Amino acid sequence: MKPCYLGIDIGSISTKGVIIDQDHKIIRSLYLWTEGNPIDAVKRLLKGLKSDLPKCYEIKGIGTTGSARKLIGLMVDANIVKNEITAHAIGTLSYYPDVHTILEIGGQDSKIILIDHGIIADYSMNTLCAAGTGSFLSSQAKRLGIPIEEFGELALQSKNPVKIAARCTVFAESDLIHKAQLGYEKKDIVAGLCKSIVLNYLNNVGKGKQLKGPIVFQGGVSKNKGVVKYFEEVLGEKIIVDENSHLMGAIGIAILAHNNENGKTYPLNIQDISFQTKGQECSKCSNHCELLKIYRNDELIDSWGSKCGKY
Amino acid sequence: MSKHTISFPHMGNYSIPVYYLLTHILNVNVMIAPKITSKTIELGTKYSPEFVCTPFKYTLGTFIEALELKADVLIQAGGGCRYGYYSELQSQILEDLGYQFTYINLVSKGKTDIKKIYHELKKIDPNFRVLKALYYLLITSKMVKYMDKVDNYIRENIGFEEVPGSFEHENQKMLTDFSKAKGFFSLYHMYHKHFKKIKRLPIHKPEHCLKIGVIGELYTLMEPFANYHLEMTLAHYGIEVKRYTNAHYLLFEKKKEVKKYLKYAKEYIQYRMGADAADNIGRTKYLCTHGYDGIIHIKSSFCTPEIGAMPIIQKICNQYDMPVIFFSFDANTSQVGIETRLEAFYDMIEMRRKK
Repeated sequence: MKPCYLGIDIGSISTKGVIIDQDHKIIRSLYLWTEGNPIDAVKRLLKGLKSDLPKCYEIKGIGTTGSARKLIGLMVDANIVKNEITAHAIGTLSYYPDVHTILEIGGQDSKIILIDHGIIADYSMNTLCAAGTGSFLSSQAKRLGIPIEEFGELALQSKNPVKIAARCTVFAESDLIHKAQLGYEKKDIVAGLCKSIVLNYLNNVGKGKQLKGPIVFQGGVSKNKGVVKYFEEVLGEKIIVDENSHLMGAIGIAILAHNNENGKTYPLNIQDISFQTKGQECSKCSNHCELLKIYRNDELIDSWGSKCGKY
Repeated sequence: MSKHTISFPHMGNYSIPVYYLLTHILNVNVMIAPKITSKTIELGTKYSPEFVCTPFKYTLGTFIEALELKADVLIQAGGGCRYGYYSELQSQILEDLGYQFTYINLVSKGKTDIKKIYHELKKIDPNFRVLKALYYLLITSKMVKYMDKVDNYIRENIGFEEVPGSFEHENQKMLTDFSKAKGFFSLYHMYHKHFKKIKRLPIHKPEHCLKIGVIGELYTLMEPFANYHLEMTLAHYGIEVKRYTNAHYLLFEKKKEVKKYLKYAKEYIQYRMGADAADNIGRTKYLCTHGYDGIIHIKSSFCTPEIGAMPIIQKICNQYDMPVIFFSFDANTSQVGIETRLEAFYDMIEMRRKK
């Protein structure tokens, strides 16, 4: 039996899973929508990955990252649970050892990671608002009646992108509606939107940072060719988008799971295990913590959210 | 006339010396307001202007909770930033809410008007005596000094304690003892006894552990609830934490130190920028040149002096190639977001160290 390692990246919008071998080559990968239910998404993910995994492999490590990493880490009994910043950096470095800047725009957050000689030198993440992230793009695509997959192509056709306020989603949206009602062409509006994403990102997340090449762009939005084009235009550098750019976090955490191997073998049978969470407000003091209790097969295994440590 | 009930805002463990002082110099009921909880913040946020800095909301919430429990005298201090206007605005808001109380403002118009405070205290307690107050003021300042000394030691070592919670437990015991101090000698004795005990607590500290300096706005630094227990989180990672700002620094050392900082970092800053901005810039340079692995700068949202200091701090850190991260805390900050960033910061400095 050959060892392999599973990395799961559970984002707000999509859930990504990869299985890599000892040399960190991808054996299987899967990408599906989280649909607001990370537990169910991971069950579907594991079912899919398991069904077409060659019989000669056994899973020797599982890592989880992304916004639901803690919950899923508990569910699959992961041997490593890590934040997405580290995971993305590790994953990208395995493909591009000399990368200097990683731009990442996901469904709900966007971040920038600067690498210096193979280690993270600096990073930042969007804070207060989701302007300039994937969820904004997809909601606007819906408003304009364009499938998100065609969004980038359409933007590329434009020669004259309209100007759209880049600071805040609310203003961007009203600007967009205004421009649409004035009669601008759809492709110009779409291009303007892509450009506003780029400017917003650079003003917010990339503020005060020196963006040197090679620059790698990843996360779901990196599949949007329009955004890539405007990044190149504004930064004056070539932007590398890997075909696996959406999987980098999952690859990174799988590599970390490999490094953290502890001899255990994972049978991947969690689809049969019932896994439940129950939310509850604690009324024992005026903190009124929102407690989340986690049950595996009706047995309480953990609870989160308590500020005083009673739970 | 019945006895007055006096209360004051919370900040870290400093309610103990304040309580000590007030009970000894005034013939009033001293109320330690309920601990800060989510409800405090909710109350404070509800009645505060949206864009005021967070300590305003926290302390206003505490005042409301204290008034609800029948406190009728409130004490607030002030400082060299918006903090200097807290008193006027808070007493106005509380009056508008229909509460009846006396508001003692220790710092008005940037100065401590001793005469005015004396008259106000005389009104609350006609038997108030200055000499006695001075005596206990000195004891209390010693108490604060001891507390901060022990605190500094704990901060550097709590991440490496062998029995989880042992430091906190001993520290609480010491503070309970302190509140019963009879005079200088008994306080001194307690301090030595407990500090010795704390120093004897078993730790397993590697010789070259990771070291982080935490700087920023004073209230967010000193009130763990306001910074989402940042120091504890760092300790869990096994990091030695250095923090300069504490009550003793602000009350007794700042005047002298800030001049030193201005001189020390004169290539970056030539004049004071209000509150602790200049201090933090000086500290940044110090941390950069004294073997620290990273700097964490925290502030409450909308803290103007620190916003002014941040670009300079970033510049110094760039020059010295020092990892730095900035946090802005508000009543609505999500704990998960902080954890993610902190964990990544820890990963980053650890990787750099290994290199």
